[in-house]
Amino acid sequence: MKRLIILGAGTAGTMMANHLRGHLKRTEWEIDIIDEREEHHYQPGYLFLPFDIYKPEDITKPIRDFIPHGVNLINDQIDRIVPQEQFVNMVNGDRLHYDLLIIATGAKIAPEETEGMLGSEWQKSVFDFYTFEGALALRDKLRDWEGGKLVVHITEMPIKCPVAPIEFAFLADSFFKNKQMRDKVEITYVTPLSGAFTKPKATTALQHLLDEKHIHIESDFAIESIDNEQKTIIDYGGRVIPFDLLVTVPTNKGDALMERSGLGDDLNFVPTHKATLQSKDWQNIFVLGDATNIAASKAGSVAHFEAEILTDNILRHIEGEPLKEEFDGHANCFVETGNGKALLIDFNYTHEPVEGTFPLPGIGPLRLLKESRFNHMGKLAFRWIYWNMLLKGTHIPFVSTSMQEAGKNFD
Amino acid sequence: MERTISGIAVQVNEEGYLTDFKQWNSEVGKGLAEEANITMGPRHWEVIEYLQSEFKNDSPLSIRKIGKSGVVDIKEFYQLFPIAPLKTASKIAGIPKPASCI
Repeated sequence: MKRLIILGAGTAGTMMANHLRGHLKRTEWEIDIIDEREEHHYQPGYLFLPFDIYKPEDITKPIRDFIPHGVNLINDQIDRIVPQEQFVNMVNGDRLHYDLLIIATGAKIAPEETEGMLGSEWQKSVFDFYTFEGALALRDKLRDWEGGKLVVHITEMPIKCPVAPIEFAFLADSFFKNKQMRDKVEITYVTPLSGAFTKPKATTALQHLLDEKHIHIESDFAIESIDNEQKTIIDYGGRVIPFDLLVTVPTNKGDALMERSGLGDDLNFVPTHKATLQSKDWQNIFVLGDATNIAASKAGSVAHFEAEILTDNILRHIEGEPLKEEFDGHANCFVETGNGKALLIDFNYTHEPVEGTFPLPGIGPLRLLKESRFNHMGKLAFRWIYWNMLLKGTHIPFVSTSMQEAGKNFD
Repeated sequence: MERTISGIAVQVNEEGYLTDFKQWNSEVGKGLAEEANITMGPRHWEVIEYLQSEFKNDSPLSIRKIGKSGVVDIKEFYQLFPIAPLKTASKIAGIPKPASCI
């Protein structure tokens, strides 16, 4: 009996368990999935918690409900991976031998990386919304905040869901309008990038929306520290931005397990081959989702496309066949723009987001890079798709693993 | 598109970054620095050499990485190239605009 171990039962790990159990013979392969947590969080929902759009119970379910029969869920803490000996050592002293290992341990925030972020104002006037606890603390703050300077801030790239901070700024605009207090709030969007997004066409579209919503942008801001007394953020060039309420996306890092195991880069992301998803250092280790160092978005849609390709590649690896170099960096993200609208972007390693229709070329019904109510409905419907199709590894109709060029207006 | 920097014809993209690193030399670097209002000193050149060696190794650059490079800390990097230092220094070094992962 051979053993495949999946580390992490989040979006990526759960999808791999569901894909692979259907393909690997139970008499030949044992599949284990390890996660110390008991609840699965729908992470895109964190964006909506602070504005009371989603309630906590909308976005949490037991991990166990999504693990298929025939896959062993081990609910315990991992000490380290020993790739030389093909073992996963558990904190409780157990040593689990693997033939194949899939790393899907994700990314998490590391506010301790920025001086002063975890200071006296943390969760008083300095908040994150990339954790369940952070998003709820911010919700409580926003419920009775009387207004002032709201600063929405990205510490450094890469981050999970790179559009989430700008969505937060758009939703904040709408939230304060609905509370009849938009005139009491000044919103500033602070980014280390040179514009609203990393790719030119999407930057233009998003910049237009920022202007329309009177959201001021401060770009090329590389934060050095937070001054808790003065309530300011300061960058290495000496630029100072004051805030009454700071909503920051701290540095994102891979799991500390990678550092303990000697498998990560300087941010604990695992060096991974960008088209096959095999570890660069170990042939029997594969990596997907937010845990990799590849230059694709850290987003659920990316993990979904990766999971389909990685399933094929793992079956090829077992058969001793060459791996397919097929992952193209495909990402597909809804961007909430407030007031019940959203836009949709679809791109990959080489093609930036452009205007067009999705998923059916020329038909849609979704519009790329244009605001619409239908896109917003798509985003809300996606929560159902996530729980009922995506995690279970069901193919989503019409949405292909590789990015389609048809239906897009490239120059 | 083609343009002339310090009397040397080079190919640049629409943002002014060299599209062919082989066309770079220190005179071109000096010319690009002047356009960014930077007077190059020995420390500037050490940073430029570091960026170029990382580029040749296909190793993506970030502010964090430069801070940990041992060549320069982030504070000094900002003193040397005060405005958007990574982009400015990359342009002077004749390497592509740093791609932020998304």
